[in-house]
Amino acid sequence: MSATKAARVGEDVWKTRIDKVNAELVTLTYGSIVAQLCRDFEGDYLEVNKQLEKMGYNIGLRLIEDFLAKTNMGKCANFRETAETIAKVGFKVFLNITPTVANWTTDNKQFSLIFEENPLADFVELPDDGRAQNELWYSNMLCGVLRGTLEMVQMQVDAHFASDILRGNEVTEMRVTLVRIIDDELPPGED
Amino acid sequence: MVILSLLILNKAGGLIFQRDFNEGLKKLSSNDYLVLAGTFHGVHAITSRISPVRNSGGGLEVLESDRFRMQCFQTLTGTKFLIFAEPNQPNIDVVVKRVYELYADYVMKNPFYQIEMPIRCEAFERNLVAYIKPK
Repeated sequence: MSATKAARVGEDVWKTRIDKVNAELVTLTYGSIVAQLCRDFEGDYLEVNKQLEKMGYNIGLRLIEDFLAKTNMGKCANFRETAETIAKVGFKVFLNITPTVANWTTDNKQFSLIFEENPLADFVELPDDGRAQNELWYSNMLCGVLRGTLEMVQMQVDAHFASDILRGNEVTEMRVTLVRIIDDELPPGED
Repeated sequence: MVILSLLILNKAGGLIFQRDFNEGLKKLSSNDYLVLAGTFHGVHAITSRISPVRNSGGGLEVLESDRFRMQCFQTLTGTKFLIFAEPNQPNIDVVVKRVYELYADYVMKNPFYQIEMPIRCEAFERNLVAYIKPK
């Protein structure tokens, strides 16, 4: 599926089949989760990143079914198509944003998602404690969501943020790497 | 619309949901339903390997008989929905899609449902019945 077709599908599904919710409710809910984690782990931001990723992963495992049921997407032919689908259909449908797919490696196994906007991070300023700016990946839940959803469709990926406007970087960039295609002949735990 | 029965299989071939909606199929013991699900899972895996049609690796989709028509829909995540309907029932694919949506909503989005485990979600059943057998 071409990039333009993905964009059309995303737009169409978002317009016709998605129940909308107030964006600030999402922003504030997400914010209070991150802030609560920072309190619970007493400013151990590396642990907060880990927890956010794990929460996202558990969301992803479930969200994929909603994605497939609503969009009627078929299989992607290759990882490039997967990337376009994530950016133009997935992010569009669930967050009404379309990050840009960029920076492919030559083996077509690694790409970046560049977020021009990020509804999770509206109104946010990281704590001024000298560490949050270097350690906390505020939107790390998104990485987990991608890992969870893709695992359910037989792709093991690594996803992490490489830069974040909240930290003072130029852009917000997530790096996604295809680790392997999971052979589904023998599901885990079925010996 | 006469849908006789619905079975849902997890990706390992385990039966996670079974419900009859109308009379017409023989009742099986719960163990036999598990065997049926496991057997179908195996047959499906074989048919997806030996399909004579090129690029149709999807496996068995429809089984027709004088008494019923069975349609299998496998999602990209490997979950299978088996619908048994009357032989002349049209548009089962529409029914399957809708059932998948209900599953995504009332099963997967229920935070207390454990993935891959048997479905015991009352809201899911209620909505299924309302859709398949409206009063």
